[in-house]
Amino acid sequence: MAERPEDLNLPNAVITRIIKEALPDGVNVSKEARRAISQAASVFVLYATSCANNFAMKAKRKTLNAADVLAAMEEMEFERFLEPLREALEVYKKGKKEVSEQKRKEKEKKETDNDKSREEEDDEERMEEEPEAENDAEEEEVEN
Amino acid sequence: MSANTADKDNNVSTNKNISLPISRVRLIMKSSPDVSNINQEALFLTTKATELFVQYLAVSSFNNGSGKGSKSLSYSDLASTAEEKDTFHFLTDILPKKILAGDYLKTLEQIEDEEADI
Repeated sequence: MAERPEDLNLPNAVITRIIKEALPDGVNVSKEARRAISQAASVFVLYATSCANNFAMKAKRKTLNAADVLAAMEEMEFERFLEPLREALEVYKKGKKEVSEQKRKEKEKKETDNDKSREEEDDEERMEEEPEAENDAEEEEVEN
Repeated sequence: MSANTADKDNNVSTNKNISLPISRVRLIMKSSPDVSNINQEALFLTTKATELFVQYLAVSSFNNGSGKGSKSLSYSDLASTAEEKDTFHFLTDILPKKILAGDYLKTLEQIEDEEADI
């Protein structure tokens, strides 16, 4: 749980970068404006959560899911986000699937040649470092 | 597999999957009293949506704002966007329009006068 009020802020550096990337080059964003956008983003999260939670409650579910969040966007009249969100979700799911398949393969491999070579262990370690494998995911997004 | 995607990634930094920290977004979501569980996908989507929101708010405010010529985005641009655009209306509480104390006092007097008239 949040112990200090600052815990509910989003990191300034990241927010600043997102703003910069969204605006044309060379636009100067005042410090006050950046702070305001950051606070607005936190409020947006809360608002979206509460809308999504209403949908979950209506369906008598205790866990917020993707459909609830998408429904919340519609309710908040951010329909323009729906398409990019759906695309991002596909990519995310795909990435997850690949990671779990990779893990499964590794497991099988481990089971079959359990007492074999050390070189392969290096291999496995390298693969395990990639669970965040969003590289493929990004490619997908570009193509769309 | 990752080698050929790495250079693509440089060209389209805006298409990066997610840049806000998911853990922080979850903390904010969990601070809402009646939320019990959030699944991974919902968390991912909310994080992504927040990024889109930041972009959208910044761009709308810049395009609506007075600083387009001088290439600047100021607080007052944001405050007017919150007030004028329906979708951003929920922000009016945290993005109040700034007014001069003198102007505020005048409005107060006016209201008092009007009330006295009734």
